Amino acid sequence: MAEVEETLKRIQTHKGVIGTMVVNAEGIPIRTTLDNSTTVQYAGLLHQLTMKARSTVRDIDPQNDLTFLRIRSKKHEIMVAPDKEYLLIVIQNPCE
Amino acid sequence: MASKLQKRKSSSGQKTSKRGKNRPTLTVGEEEEPTNMESLGHPEIYPVVLTTKTQEIFNCRIDEDITDEQPYKLIKKEDILADFQNRAAVSDFYPVKKVIQEYPGDEILLVYDKDFKYGLNFYLVGTEEGKENYLNAPEIPEEQEEYKEHIPEEICIYKAPISKPWVSLGSEKEIEEESVKESTKKITYMISRKRHQFGAPIKFSDQNASSVKDAYIECTAYPDKNFTLRQLEKDIGMQVVPEVKDISTQTRWTYPKNAITQYHPREFSEEEKETLGQAKSLTDFLNNVSISVEIALQQNEIMNTFIDDWKCLAEEEGTFGDKTDTHLKEYQSFTDLHNLTEKMITCVSWHPVIYGLIAVSVAVRLSFEDRVHFSGKLLLQPSLILFWSFSDPIHPQLMLESPDDIFCFKFCPSDPNIIAGGCINGQIVMWDITAHADRIENIKTGGSRSKKVTLKPMFLLEPDSNKEAMYIRHCAVSSIENGHKHVITDIHWLPDTFEINRMGTVFENRSGICCQLVTCSADCTICFWDIRPQKALTPQPTEKKKEESIEIPFDVPSTFLHLDLAWKPLSKIRLSKGETSLDHCPTKISLSEDHLQYKAQDKMLAQSKAAKVGDMNPYQNLEGGLANHLKPREDFCTKFFVGTEEGEVIYTDWKMERDSETGRLMTKKPVSLYTVHDGAVHTVQRSPFYKDIILTIGGWNVAIWKEGVMTGPLLQTSCAPKRYTSGHWSLTRPGVFYIGREDGYIDIWDLLEKTHEPALSQNICITMITCIKPWTFSAKQQFIAVADYYGTLHILEIPWTLSHPSANEVLSMNYYFEREVKHLEYVDQRKKIREQEKKEMQLEMEKKKAKTYQKSKEQLEAELKMDYESYLELERSILVNLGLIKVSEKVSYMEMM
Repeated sequence: MAEVEETLKRIQTHKGVIGTMVVNAEGIPIRTTLDNSTTVQYAGLLHQLTMKARSTVRDIDPQNDLTFLRIRSKKHEIMVAPDKEYLLIVIQNPCE
Repeated sequence: MASKLQKRKSSSGQKTSKRGKNRPTLTVGEEEEPTNMESLGHPEIYPVVLTTKTQEIFNCRIDEDITDEQPYKLIKKEDILADFQNRAAVSDFYPVKKVIQEYPGDEILLVYDKDFKYGLNFYLVGTEEGKENYLNAPEIPEEQEEYKEHIPEEICIYKAPISKPWVSLGSEKEIEEESVKESTKKITYMISRKRHQFGAPIKFSDQNASSVKDAYIECTAYPDKNFTLRQLEKDIGMQVVPEVKDISTQTRWTYPKNAITQYHPREFSEEEKETLGQAKSLTDFLNNVSISVEIALQQNEIMNTFIDDWKCLAEEEGTFGDKTDTHLKEYQSFTDLHNLTEKMITCVSWHPVIYGLIAVSVAVRLSFEDRVHFSGKLLLQPSLILFWSFSDPIHPQLMLESPDDIFCFKFCPSDPNIIAGGCINGQIVMWDITAHADRIENIKTGGSRSKKVTLKPMFLLEPDSNKEAMYIRHCAVSSIENGHKHVITDIHWLPDTFEINRMGTVFENRSGICCQLVTCSADCTICFWDIRPQKALTPQPTEKKKEESIEIPFDVPSTFLHLDLAWKPLSKIRLSKGETSLDHCPTKISLSEDHLQYKAQDKMLAQSKAAKVGDMNPYQNLEGGLANHLKPREDFCTKFFVGTEEGEVIYTDWKMERDSETGRLMTKKPVSLYTVHDGAVHTVQRSPFYKDIILTIGGWNVAIWKEGVMTGPLLQTSCAPKRYTSGHWSLTRPGVFYIGREDGYIDIWDLLEKTHEPALSQNICITMITCIKPWTFSAKQQFIAVADYYGTLHILEIPWTLSHPSANEVLSMNYYFEREVKHLEYVDQRKKIREQEKKEMQLEMEKKKAKTYQKSKEQLEAELKMDYESYLELERSILVNLGLIKVSEKVSYMEMM
């Protein structure tokens, strides 16, 4: 429990990080540092996108699998680290 | 053939017998076939004619043997046969001989046919059955007749039909028509041929039918109208059935798509989150994943890989643009030509809402002694605040009257129609121009009036020709006894987010409008004023009003009537220097949450907020605000900066505290005090971009402070050649501020460019600049109002380079300030280190001194002599250098070496 919190806190204190959240395999947030509505929105959308990305990678090569997903936008960068059961989403503002 | 003929004849005989019942013709025909009544349906009945003789022979005489009751007689067969032998062909039974011969029985029934039913007067029944039937038959019809006619009970007497004469009903015509007769006589041809031609071989030859004329006869078909039938009747069977339709379609099958509908997001409850958080899988996951995530995060921190360097390059060049673009361009200037006395502009303020409207307060350019000297004359001339508009440079739009010269004034942030000004005599004057608001709002549309701006000399001008000079009297003035005693140097509206009570505690402001003022004056006090009527004091003013009922002109709005002449400050803060009587004389103050007058948007919000409260001007109903029970705001910073006339910058608190000794409310001691400026501080201003950066200008230099940094100013410029008389931050660029000098120049400082001297210096006018106020109307149009000592207001347009910030100017300035803070800290530390060093050096020095103390007297003398000699040489060399002593070259050269 403490380890989880500590890891999340370590990630959150990186420079420029706006928010961190852990989402389960169905897209339901478990831990988050943002407010509820934003979290829910991010979780739902990114979960679907991750599924799509993963299926794309595996369609091309079934031996392959998705390890990391980074979405760079004008304002910030969204990083998604997928797993079998969970999803770690970090939103960072790369340039101050 | 013969039989057929016979039959025909017999049939015709039958017919003829049928036709003519009164001519019973006996056909003595052939012996083969006896006639029978087959045609009538009784084949066993053979009619015969019996003559009287025959009747006598057989005892069947009519009306004697055969009566009506017994119309039949049974005759023996043998008798008839004997008769045959006797009379042979003459016998009457001859026609039916065969029948009799063939008759199986012995007795033959002979019936008297009275009515000639079968054509002859007697008939023979040829069969046994017929005989039986006849004998038995009458019983049955009689029975039937009896049965049928049971009721009348009359026995029907059979009456034989009486022969009547033939009446032709036209049936013979039908028969004639039906019968086939030869109409024409048959023609017989006889064709003969010679005998030898018979049997000769026949020669056939072909012949084209069409080639030979008349070889053929055509019988062409033609539509014969006789045979075209039109069916007029049709036999159709109909049935009502339900109509049934059978249709099938094929839908286009596309690939299946997932569609999701959700009303509420699925969420875990707190307990579930807890349990999930403790699951080992989560820990493992995070451990695995955090590495890659941190790598990604660090990548971003190291470098922004998506930067377009080309674009960034272009922006940086913009700041070092050519100097010609950075000059302030003269846009307009306003001078009041009506008043002849020399006036100077003391304060300038742009109208927060209306475009192109600027208010100027003018005061007479006299020193204190002159004022006193000319006080009589001064009383006659009204002191004014003039409203200038861009559309009319000659005539001011509005003129606000005040009892005395105004030295500072401010528009109320929540209602631009309320203006508060500080007088030279220590009074606060309030104006309410709501009634004239529409006049100034429609200035732009009313520009047609002043299109032809002609400058007429004073004596030709009639006061009512172009525009009525609107003198608007003030609404209220503060109480003379209780207010300030000296000129009010600065006046501010407290922002509408909080309000203060008498103790200085900050409360939440529920009324949504600015209702409190703070003023500082040269009598060393800072006062807080509340424009709302004080409930506790209401009994007093009414009494006062009864005493001195001053006639208030009718055209003055009564917004602040309650304040008029009875306005007392909420609390007074005396900036005392401690025991000495000389107190600080504040010239300018800057509050922590100074209401940003620069953003018009906020103003609109505030106005709309205020309008929501009561749909009427909240300033008309100020009493309502007091009733609210307000809750105090604990975490509010009640400290503020004060600039004094001596050039000090004081950071102090307005919260009163109870003095432990005397029990009175005492102002707190200032937190920090710095004397940085050589003259009176005339500008203490917070930066519009940073809440804690303050600019102070006074005397010959400028200082920038950061709130919270107590060690000193972040930046303190060196002395300028000319005195600084006014200054202001730029509204759009965080590192730029404008300073006005006493020689009419404006120094534009850009901290990102140079920090030791101004970036640009531009001449505006010939005399001292008294006030600078920039204002942003749009992204492209930014003006700066410069007021000078001679009463002229210059409006200049700020060029693009000065108004438009570069890409990360805010950031750069932030860095700069941080660096300066660090520098100060470093300096502080260095100071300490230096002190340390100094101490150490002193210690060493003392140690050294202790050592040399033991030196002998001779040594001392020797040392002294050495010193003296070296000194003499030094003196000589200097004099030689100066050329005062002539020395031989050699020696001098040597010495000079």
